[in-house]
Amino acid sequence: MEIPYTVEVRRDTGLTNGKIGIWLFLASEVMLFGALFASYILIRTGMPVWPRGDTILNVPLATFNTIVLISSSVTMVMAWASLKRNRFGTFRVYLGSTVLLGGVFLLVKYFEYSHKFENGLFPRTSNFLALYFTLTGLHMLHVIGGMAVNAYLWGPGAKLWKTNPEWFTNRVENSGLFWHFVDLVWIFLFPTLYLL
Amino acid sequence: MSQTTGTVAAGGAHVAHAAHHEEPGFWRTYVFSTDHKVIGIQYAVTGLLFLFFGFSLMMLMRYQLAYPGTAFPLLGKILGDSRMPGGIMLPDFYNELGAMHGTIMVFLGVVPLAVGGFGNFVLPLQIGAPDMAFPRINMASYQCFFLGGVTMLASFFVPGGAAQSGWTSYAPLSVIASQGQTFWLIGMIFLITSSLLGAVNFITTTIQLRAKGLTFMRFPFFVWAQFVTSFLLLLAFPPLEAAGIMQLMDRVAGTSFFLPSGLVVSGQALTNAGGGNPLLWQHLFWFLAHPEVYVLILPAFGIVAEIIANNTRKPLWGYKPMVYSLGFLGFMSFVVWAHHMFMTGMGTAMAAFFQTTTMIISIPSVVILTALILSLWGGSIRYNTPMLFALGFLPMFGIGGLTGLPLGLNVSDIPLHDTYYVIAHFHYVVAPGTIFGLFAGIYYWYPKATGRKMNETLGKIHFWGSLICMNVIFMPMFKLGLAGVSRRLFDGGASYAFAAPVLHLNVVSSWGAWIMALFQLPFIINFFWSIRHGQKVGDNPWEATTIEWSAPSPPPHGNFLAPPQAYRGPYEYSVPGAAKGFQPQFEA
Repeated sequence: MEIPYTVEVRRDTGLTNGKIGIWLFLASEVMLFGALFASYILIRTGMPVWPRGDTILNVPLATFNTIVLISSSVTMVMAWASLKRNRFGTFRVYLGSTVLLGGVFLLVKYFEYSHKFENGLFPRTSNFLALYFTLTGLHMLHVIGGMAVNAYLWGPGAKLWKTNPEWFTNRVENSGLFWHFVDLVWIFLFPTLYLL
Repeated sequence: MSQTTGTVAAGGAHVAHAAHHEEPGFWRTYVFSTDHKVIGIQYAVTGLLFLFFGFSLMMLMRYQLAYPGTAFPLLGKILGDSRMPGGIMLPDFYNELGAMHGTIMVFLGVVPLAVGGFGNFVLPLQIGAPDMAFPRINMASYQCFFLGGVTMLASFFVPGGAAQSGWTSYAPLSVIASQGQTFWLIGMIFLITSSLLGAVNFITTTIQLRAKGLTFMRFPFFVWAQFVTSFLLLLAFPPLEAAGIMQLMDRVAGTSFFLPSGLVVSGQALTNAGGGNPLLWQHLFWFLAHPEVYVLILPAFGIVAEIIANNTRKPLWGYKPMVYSLGFLGFMSFVVWAHHMFMTGMGTAMAAFFQTTTMIISIPSVVILTALILSLWGGSIRYNTPMLFALGFLPMFGIGGLTGLPLGLNVSDIPLHDTYYVIAHFHYVVAPGTIFGLFAGIYYWYPKATGRKMNETLGKIHFWGSLICMNVIFMPMFKLGLAGVSRRLFDGGASYAFAAPVLHLNVVSSWGAWIMALFQLPFIINFFWSIRHGQKVGDNPWEATTIEWSAPSPPPHGNFLAPPQAYRGPYEYSVPGAAKGFQPQFEA
């Protein structure tokens, strides 16, 4: 039995199942991070004093990480565009770079985290750090999830290109939508935590 | 080999592959199935088991409430000295029972049965789909639910027992509670993941896989109900997930999201950083839990609407206003949450906002209920078991809904909020309301799932017994509540002199609950007995008009023998001048 509209679009909606699915998933992700940002506002406004992010956190490192993530979004789009132009080799290069840039982001985050821990700064130390670790930690889990999916599409999942290139391209597009969302969350996290 | 031949070869291999797997083994058929019908039945049976378990917890509590501090040696032996030494219930154990009764009934019983069970089984059939849009995600959804359930059950056996801070897990009590609360939070994260996967699947399936000709305004009302419910699950659960993560951080990593400064526990000042906000938890919790109320009730609305149209042999009265009300209800359910929090001392401006939205949201509910009642008008009603449960639903939900109005208004909520009045109110909505709707659905779609009807006599005993007992249980609670008896007392109010004149009502409620357990036996017997011995019926035993009745009973993998098509609206019963008494959607 075949599920219809996994590859071809349904004419009256103009969409595939996967496309609707990923957007719905992103809507729920918006609610998840939205709730966390709302909590940030409530907790911050309830405190008599609140540290400026740059007095505790490393702004240059985070700026570097922002550039890394934005670049990875660019390579993600290029990967998808390569498939659209039927260039599988270039696709692999771009998707591979996306995964690697995600790795660079995690590596920088690892140095940031361990530097905090060495200086005795833990989630329990203050509400600012509690929010910092919770928000960036959850974001990192999303980065790892996106990298896992992209790595799958780069490696074993790429077999689908041979049998059903259109389906495979759609999968890369959907994975890309998630990756851009993860990037976007960071673009909100960076000023909220590091600059304000 | 060129691309084309490659595809053809792959296609041929696929056919051979499918033929080879005609008879998947036991595990693939019943445990790791991707068939929406099997997953639906898995959800429904697990949900029913949890409903029974949650009900058993409540029966234990009712014993303590009716006869506080009295020994029940037999139970003492079974449950052990840490819970009931010598058969006398300890307060901590009572708290565990209370918290887990609520959690299990809502998150592991009613929602899995209403959404996971009925949604999975009925929705794809009703829209003429071969399966859900993402069958493997569907399977993962059930597995996450199952893990969540196991985690919740396991929490009874950790040191200190299960969660004790109510199904609402209010901070800061929940943050400083014993280990069971951590299990509760992890269990909730599994359940939230499960409902997220389910909701994405339901919405995509409804939009994409509906049969040719089945436009949105030709949907059966049940499909609309599940559609709106899925949006509520999709958007309201993530904030609770965020809250759960923060509470988990508070408990495990020592943060203070929900712990204010200067907390003293058992004479010891807490060493946490402090500065957190306990009300934040309440806001995030009720931001989920109010839409959750509609997640509980909307599927029941859908089921009842199907059954009423079918058994009055009439179209639903006001299908379009009902659909619009449903959408409005779903939207409004996101802006009423703080009416659960009038007691927190919020400002009058906030209270005014939330009581206004609450009064507004009662309008679409009343529209739907009124339309259902008016649908009965002038009908030649068939009083079979599903219809009896559907008819029972109407006044019971009516009582539940109308008694909610005083709770939605700030001024009248304050004296009532902490009393049994609230328990009576929402149990009328959920127990004889939603659960009656779900029973109606089980009796109604059972022939589709098994090819046999359930026994009518046993069904009627089940209905009348349950209807009477439900009222015996919950009606006295209105009086207890109006007399001012707090709903949070371990002894049911025995330590307060002012409660003395009404305390005998606790005994009435308790006996009502225990007798109601007996009236569930005919249902349990009926459910299993009818699988093999029920009356054999054809594909459309109720002479219904919606598409699921065009599939064979039980439907094979892939559901329909030929792709179905919708030619008309869902409820064309008794159309004047028509050749037949009913015009199925699926017949040209």
